[in-house]
Amino acid sequence: MSFSISLTINGTRRDVLLEDARVTLLDLLRERLALPGTKKGCDRGQCGACTVLVDGRRVNSCLSLAVTLDGAEVTTIEGLAQGDRLHPVQAAFIDHDGFQCGYCTPGQIMSAVGLIAEGHAGTDPDRIREGMSGNLCRCAAYHGIAEAVQDATRRMAAEDERASA
Amino acid sequence: MTPFDYVRPASLADAIAAWEPGAAYLGGGTNLVDLMKTGALRPGKLIDLTRLPGLDRIEALANGDTRIGALVRNADLAHDADFARAFPMVAEALLSGASGQLRNAATVGGNLLQRTRCAYFQDPHSPCNRRDPGAGCAARSGDNGGLAILGWSAACIATNPSDFCVALAAMDAVVEVEGPDGARQISFADFHLLPGETPERETALHPGEVIVAIRLPAASAGFRAHSRYLKLRDRTSYAFALVSAAAALRFEGGKIAGARLALGAVAARPWRVAEAEALMIGQTPDRALFDTAADVALNGAAPSGDNGHKIALAHRTAARALALAAEGTPAQMPAFPASVFGGHAHA
Amino acid sequence: MPDTLPFATRFGSNAGQPVSRRDGVAKVTGTATFAADNHPEGMLHAVYVPATIARGRVTHLDVAAARAHPGVVEVITPANRPLLEGDPEAKHFMFAFRFEALQDDTVRYANQPIALVLAETLEAATEGARLLDPRYEAESPRVGLDGNTPYTVEVGAFGRRGQTVHGDVAAGHAAAVQSLDVTYETPAQYHNAMETHAVVAQWQGDQVTLDMPNQAIVMSRGAYGYYFGIPAENVLIRSPYLGGGFGSKAIPNGPTVLAILAARMTGRPVKLMLRRDQMFGPVGHRGATRQRLRIGIDAEGRMTVLDHESLATTSTFDDFVESAANASQGLYAAGALRSAHSGVRVDTGTPGPMRAPGEASGSAALECAMDEMAERAGLDPLEFRLRNYAETEPGTGLPYSSKALRECYLRGAERFGWAKRPLQPRQMRDEDGMLVGWGMGTALFHAPMFQAQARAVLRPDGTGLVETAAADMGQGAWTALAQIAADSLGLPLDKVEFRSGSSDLPDGGVAGGSGHTATAGGALHAAGRDAIDRLAQIATADPASPLFGAGNKGVTARDGRLFVTDDDSRSESYAEIIARAGGSEVIGTGSAARPPEQAAKHAMYSHGAVFAEVKVDPDLYQMRVTRLVGAFAAGRIINPKLAESQLMGGMIWGISFALHEEARFDARTGRIMNADFAGYHIPVNADVSGLEVITVHEDDPHVNALGIKGVGEIGIVGTVGAIGNAIWHATGHRIRRFPIRIEDLLRAERG
Repeated sequence: MSFSISLTINGTRRDVLLEDARVTLLDLLRERLALPGTKKGCDRGQCGACTVLVDGRRVNSCLSLAVTLDGAEVTTIEGLAQGDRLHPVQAAFIDHDGFQCGYCTPGQIMSAVGLIAEGHAGTDPDRIREGMSGNLCRCAAYHGIAEAVQDATRRMAAEDERASA
Repeated sequence: MTPFDYVRPASLADAIAAWEPGAAYLGGGTNLVDLMKTGALRPGKLIDLTRLPGLDRIEALANGDTRIGALVRNADLAHDADFARAFPMVAEALLSGASGQLRNAATVGGNLLQRTRCAYFQDPHSPCNRRDPGAGCAARSGDNGGLAILGWSAACIATNPSDFCVALAAMDAVVEVEGPDGARQISFADFHLLPGETPERETALHPGEVIVAIRLPAASAGFRAHSRYLKLRDRTSYAFALVSAAAALRFEGGKIAGARLALGAVAARPWRVAEAEALMIGQTPDRALFDTAADVALNGAAPSGDNGHKIALAHRTAARALALAAEGTPAQMPAFPASVFGGHAHA
Repeated sequence: MPDTLPFATRFGSNAGQPVSRRDGVAKVTGTATFAADNHPEGMLHAVYVPATIARGRVTHLDVAAARAHPGVVEVITPANRPLLEGDPEAKHFMFAFRFEALQDDTVRYANQPIALVLAETLEAATEGARLLDPRYEAESPRVGLDGNTPYTVEVGAFGRRGQTVHGDVAAGHAAAVQSLDVTYETPAQYHNAMETHAVVAQWQGDQVTLDMPNQAIVMSRGAYGYYFGIPAENVLIRSPYLGGGFGSKAIPNGPTVLAILAARMTGRPVKLMLRRDQMFGPVGHRGATRQRLRIGIDAEGRMTVLDHESLATTSTFDDFVESAANASQGLYAAGALRSAHSGVRVDTGTPGPMRAPGEASGSAALECAMDEMAERAGLDPLEFRLRNYAETEPGTGLPYSSKALRECYLRGAERFGWAKRPLQPRQMRDEDGMLVGWGMGTALFHAPMFQAQARAVLRPDGTGLVETAAADMGQGAWTALAQIAADSLGLPLDKVEFRSGSSDLPDGGVAGGSGHTATAGGALHAAGRDAIDRLAQIATADPASPLFGAGNKGVTARDGRLFVTDDDSRSESYAEIIARAGGSEVIGTGSAARPPEQAAKHAMYSHGAVFAEVKVDPDLYQMRVTRLVGAFAAGRIINPKLAESQLMGGMIWGISFALHEEARFDARTGRIMNADFAGYHIPVNADVSGLEVITVHEDDPHVNALGIKGVGEIGIVGTVGAIGNAIWHATGHRIRRFPIRIEDLLRAERG
């Protein structure tokens, strides 16, 4: 049984013929759409490395069957920067050294973007740490990650203020 | 994953009509897809419910009840301002479970059908009566430190992993279902089944029935000022409960006028004991009273393996949750929901 | 014109700067290519079938069912596995561990590969693997520290001594006025880098390209060449980024070799990426230990004896035994010292080096035992350690190449507020009624060097290119090594291109043992200096150069120019010198290693002191580390920003060791029942709070030319004990097994 679905990935519409309903969004991105920025860490929703935004919300792409997402908008790490201009979360991760090996980083960053959009953590360090706890980092760059998310939240709020002023 | 058929019905009626033995309904998929990957579950057909219209709303009913559509995502329910005001302990329980990503995907209906975390159920290579009736129970003499101390049987010692369900049990929730034989309502106390001789029967759902909504009675919102969910775990966040407790109190003139207590991660269903609640009515809240209530709630608790410590932990967690509830619902959701590090200790 | 010189980029100004990662943009945009991100045309997916028994043999595989699954291309079992030219059971070089590559039907541990399925899609390969539905003839597995009869270890991991005695141990015991005799246990732990082991293998004739994360790129080339009967130079390993290694990615393993074999067999590129559960078996782990510590002290609290025995699990078919008791060798000035190791052979995969091998487990026990001894003596734990401060290496009497441990103690203690610590446990509460405890531990780790080569090129445009096959697994090699190279070439960082992470470059040595920056950095430094020397020879011999004849005074390289030493008015740019000499690149080479005679003269260690605050619920015993201050002296720090991150990461590994990590075996089957991230806990962000790192500067003229000691592993070393001690201080309960769990404190309370 094959399925024809259409996804908007990083702003571009992609028509995908799925030969197999078993394909997860993660494996679709990595193995079929040449978007390997999204990483596989556990493939079971236990580490967060595969986090992407689906319709603006952060989810584990390893547990999302691609076939269920017909019509969805997907944002991956490859779609976050605007040309050479990094997203504030990306820039903050570099400034605060919020990663070491970089493997969990795409998931951390997408999770942070999702967390900031959710708007429940603000700049409270404990709420940020709790909100980022679905993303394991074995290098344990947690200190820098928490600082980066806090800093990016501030930067984005300031940008929003400037934009609305 | 074993190949399966996939259908996405346009209506609830179509979904129910699509059901056949071996089929599974798909909600957020956070538990079902995981278990399909390990091979613990191998449905022949997935019936995708996620696009069904009308099941993703949180409604205030005319009689004051709150009705939560089965497709509402866990995060959306927890962060719904009206809901969190009326049922702060339910919101706290939801936010203490899983991760932000998983809560964004998981549906409340699916949460009720979460399978046990018992390692021998999860692992398709181990005998498990729950997964494979009659195969035997590998957990009974295996790695069982986290398993049941109440309501278990020789056939199965699994626990229910949900935090949300513990809170719902305490709040007298009602589950609305619809199936081939029509619609019906199941009280939460009857929804999850103890294993007995048939651990493969986990809920009161009949074959082909779909959860369409969860209803919380208006009366339960009366506990909003004094309710807490408390969860012990092996790390500060993103971990299943070792034990947990949902506690809610209502006061009149300084005396307890209503009390709710449900324990989590101790049995195959949330554990609620009417006598433990009744004995608190008319009493002044204090440590001794809450200890007594915890004693009664754990009446009959017995280790099913190397897990005797859970009895004392559950006792202390229950008593503490009641004490926290008596102290009052925090004005703001704690930064670490349901954690001892989000509230106050009493010792 | 000295006042116009760009001082910001003068020689020596790259190293020591907190430069952000040069690979930062690639890593935050998802363009950093990890091994499994490669997807060559025509590629097959491989999935290996893990054994679900721990001991016995495979009696049946349903190959027909697997082959019948749509998309499955090939099933490899011992029955049809093509020949491997090299023996997977051979110990043909130092990092060769015996492994299973379907040489027979024997099962030596759970999760060992027993077949490999190749398919057009990952989904088909995964289901094909499931359909093999193995049947076994199982034998009773040997599990845990009591699973077999212990044997005495004469030579431990990587040649470390198994039995060491300095001084008269019996006399030390006899002289003690107070003694301690305690036993600690640590569990089996699994590296679990976020990136699981992966390989994409492509053959062209008798040449193979391997995209794989690798901590020892050039060395591994030879190893894979051996297994496949081809010269080392026919193997190209590309490992630009490792998604974490922690010791597990230096050693060839069965699944990787099988995937390479499958690519040769099918004539198509093959990708294999281990599933998370498959990380618990064929790719190494930290063995469990049971450690007995006997300490004696005299009336002044000085140690008369430190007697450390360690029993550790290893596999039935190879010999890696944790050198845990050696953690007691270099640290405290005891009158007599003994470290004795024994092993117990159980049905697991062979352990291997895992972040701070030996020291992590050994120090966990040692530092807690030190705390227990201090308690008995009525001494503050820091004071007890200072009374036993070693001015020369205990046992050998060798001077330390440098040792700023005392300053680490004092600065860490001051920052932490240690002076306010009550001596007795269970004295402190926070405003919420939580028990508060403070504990400390000393950290020690060797400062080794391995061997590396490098090449440095000055290009006609005046920019630099440096090359060495270093491995960046998160420690920051792409950045820190480039900083060293830029200084050696007298160039600003952005004028230096750094090629690394590929086996066709000069050997960058092993990224492990906390010695990579010193070793690969040393080679780059030497190569850069060599290039500059060659350039200087050209310039000083060229009558047209302002540097002509300056050979006697010497020249200095700075910001892309050579200057006559002490005369900034005479200088010329590299580009000008090269242009006049004919426009050819100037090429330098260099190598680094520590001469044995240099190693024999000094004891070389990084040191540190870690102070921990924990909060513990007095009733429910939920624990959280709320503050962690580590002060470390590790020679010269090349990049403080990255070094601090790495030290913090190590300290969080300490939290993980103390409170979280443990593989739980089912004694009946020998299988690990928590082989996933939901069951095998490592810390999450919410477990981390109040982390601070202090680096104490050391000028070490002996350790190597750059004065670098390394920071990769020391962070975990003192932290485990500090946390265990803090939990005792908070609760009054001494837990002598790790990880410390809620139920352990509950059981201790209830006697």
